[in-house]
Amino acid sequence: MSGVSVAKDAEDAAPASGDLVVLSNVNKHFGALHVLQDIDLTIARGEVVVVIGPSGSGKSTLCRTINRLETIDSGAITIDGKPLPQEGRELARLRADVGMVFQSFNLFAHKTVLENVMLGQTKVRRTEKKQAEAKARALLDRVGVGTQADKYPAQLSGGQQQRVAIARALAMDPKVMLFDEPTSALDPEMINEVLEVMQQLARDGMTMIVVTHEMGFARSAANRVVFMADGKIVEEATPDQFFSNPRSDRAKDFLSKILHH
Amino acid sequence: MNVLLDNFSEFRDGFIGTVEITAVSSVIALVLGLLLAGFRVSPVPPLRFFGTAWVTLLRNTPLTLLFLVFYFVVPEIFFPGMSSFLLGSLALGFYTASFVCETVRSGINTVPLGQAEAARSIGMTFTQTLRLIVLPQATRTVIPPLSSIFIALTKNSAIAGAFSVTELFGWQKLMSDQGYDIVPVFVWVALGYLVVTFAISGAFRLLESRMEVAR
Repeated sequence: MSGVSVAKDAEDAAPASGDLVVLSNVNKHFGALHVLQDIDLTIARGEVVVVIGPSGSGKSTLCRTINRLETIDSGAITIDGKPLPQEGRELARLRADVGMVFQSFNLFAHKTVLENVMLGQTKVRRTEKKQAEAKARALLDRVGVGTQADKYPAQLSGGQQQRVAIARALAMDPKVMLFDEPTSALDPEMINEVLEVMQQLARDGMTMIVVTHEMGFARSAANRVVFMADGKIVEEATPDQFFSNPRSDRAKDFLSKILHH
Repeated sequence: MNVLLDNFSEFRDGFIGTVEITAVSSVIALVLGLLLAGFRVSPVPPLRFFGTAWVTLLRNTPLTLLFLVFYFVVPEIFFPGMSSFLLGSLALGFYTASFVCETVRSGINTVPLGQAEAARSIGMTFTQTLRLIVLPQATRTVIPPLSSIFIALTKNSAIAGAFSVTELFGWQKLMSDQGYDIVPVFVWVALGYLVVTFAISGAFRLLESRMEVAR
């Protein structure tokens, strides 16, 4: 654990080369429901931000607005200084730089594991097939599923599928990775294998936005915890501060409900 | 005397005509139907409108009326001198395309939304997402209803006979004009159609079982 905190401190000390993701005054409605209310959030390069909160608080929606899988009603989102473009080629190009990992894995069911990791490289980045395959195999080894390369997603366990999904996102060399409840659909014994891959990623300096219920991960890997409730960011703090001494009543209430089991 | 053996060359021409118009309009219907389905799920509103308009207009028009339009209006305005075979194929193909479109669209809807979201999240464009991720997975569910559509197309091609296209059903009129007993004539015509429709359903069943292995 000490190794982790050293790495974190080193990053904190390094001059932040600008803000990578900036949300300012973002609002979104689902019909009458105001799911995102005046959200302001800035994520620096190399930072690991964990978003937690009760279900229905808008944290998944927040995550999905960052690569415009959800549109917003007002406000602005910029990634690496560029505002999110309208649907089209330009948005596709930008999405290639933003990795996303879903709760339900969403691996391409008709493609093998290897093809899943190669497809974005060859079709979006126009990488040579050979080169793409070499990279895909290296990434699959890195997340520990190298031996499953020729299987179809349905033949893998949930934990393995999610690690493939992480490899698929990493294959695009993303500037930032979004994790939308990556372990919520997993059997308990498979959660750790996914979290370990994410820990490693955080240690390697990847910028990450993680929506999760894994408080252990938040404690050990996050630079900052963002607590959301009812569509608003209620509290932002370092993990130590947040878990030992939450300021808002809403956060105290939330923590008391989840930490006493 | 035997109605089939005495008039076999006409019967053969009619059968080949039916196979030809079925093949050509099937290709038109399939290509156009896929394109229209793409339009109908596209994020571009004018394309969506075009797809919807096409389906609404052509699916709800009696096919005979469509043939009338194609034979008497289209050549006047667009393509004077187009062969009756081509006009018939276009009418049948355009009409069937609207059914293919809706079938493909229902297939698209069976593919979980997450598949398209994952494709878009790694930077695929709408067309790439549809072509590489969604349509291949929709194919399996679309094949059984498509088979019915193409069988219906085969039988609908009989209408082209009334518009001076040589095809199987037209042979019946030829024979009854010559005074042959109508019952055996219809039996032979029916058998001719069965050969084509059985071939179609067989081909689709083969396709279906092959898809199963690929999964």
